[in-house]
Amino acid sequence: MSPLLCFRRVTCWRGGRVLFSDVDFELGPGEALQVAGPNGAGKSSLIRIAAGLLRPESGSVETASLALADDNLALDPELPLRRALAFWGGSTEGGLHALGLAVLRDVPVRLLSSGQRKRATLARVVASDAPLWLLDEPLNGLDSDGAALLASLVVEHRKAGGAILAASHVDLPGSWRRLELTP
Amino acid sequence: MIGQLIAREVRRGFSGPAWLPAAFFLLVATLVPFAIGPDPKLLARIGGGVLWVAALTAALLPIERLVEPDRADGILDQLSIRGVADESIAAAKIAGHWLTFGPLLLISAIIAALLLDVAPDQLPKLLIALFVGSLALAALAVAVASLTAGLPRAGALAGLLLLPLAIPLLIFGAAASGDNASGALLLEIAIALFVLAGSPFVAGAAIRASRT
Repeated sequence: MSPLLCFRRVTCWRGGRVLFSDVDFELGPGEALQVAGPNGAGKSSLIRIAAGLLRPESGSVETASLALADDNLALDPELPLRRALAFWGGSTEGGLHALGLAVLRDVPVRLLSSGQRKRATLARVVASDAPLWLLDEPLNGLDSDGAALLASLVVEHRKAGGAILAASHVDLPGSWRRLELTP
Repeated sequence: MIGQLIAREVRRGFSGPAWLPAAFFLLVATLVPFAIGPDPKLLARIGGGVLWVAALTAALLPIERLVEPDRADGILDQLSIRGVADESIAAAKIAGHWLTFGPLLLISAIIAALLLDVAPDQLPKLLIALFVGSLALAALAVAVASLTAGLPRAGALAGLLLLPLAIPLLIFGAAASGDNASGALLLEIAIALFVLAGSPFVAGAAIRASRT
């Protein structure tokens, strides 16, 4: 089966220093990889390179259709949550239900708490139907219920043949392959 | 996606103070007679030029909300991930911005022309010139907004960038609003087409460069 994400000898140079070099991995259907490491090790940069938002200094990246959840909400603050999510297409109601946000569908995005905002970014990813999920610090702002929901969504997505690349400085729940970055 | 993006820009424009540039435009046009005196002949002679200066300054007001909020909130990143080219994003922003800026400006121009005693036969020429100019101003505003997105004191910097770039429009636009207007109008249209064609690429490159 062809991989959904493929890094070939990828080197990232930022702020006058090499963050990581010759990173090489593949992520196939059903796989999950956690990029770990301390602050400044390049975890978010690796996610942004995978998303095509940053160019690597050298090497190549191939990806399937993907969805990204990072610290940016990317939802219009004045709109009700359901309408704001619907702008990005996909199964909006499915995303809202999956993250326990259905009761907040008519609440303007600007009134959501930080934890609810994090759930909303994850709902956008779930709604996208993309086979590859990129999650940057997915546990930030989530309570224990939210973390448990995320863990179950990861399992479901892997069972459905999807793949997940997540960057986190803490261990994520469930079974993950691990890529350690050192500063 | 481009249609949705244009609709979103229009919605955002009208959900915010879309009337502000038009009100500012009217205010500037209203203040001029207080400054130079109520001589009808003088007002009629300089009316077209005054309206153009007012339009230029009004075009500065919305610049900070055109690109920076979407950059800071990750919306530009999400659009890029979905395969929307940065140039297409810029073109959609130009179209959406004009729809919230241009028509209100033209309506305000009719009122301001009456206040400045612009001759009735001059008004259609003035409106055509302002219509063409407002398209180019919208394109310039999005390009400048993209270039200054994320920079400190972006609003002041945007003014310093936009006003000099708009000088050719001001010269030929004001000339096209007066007598012997046809040649000036053609030159204004040529400049506007150049700006409209180039701005999405400038803005697209600036959006790409702003990604960190």
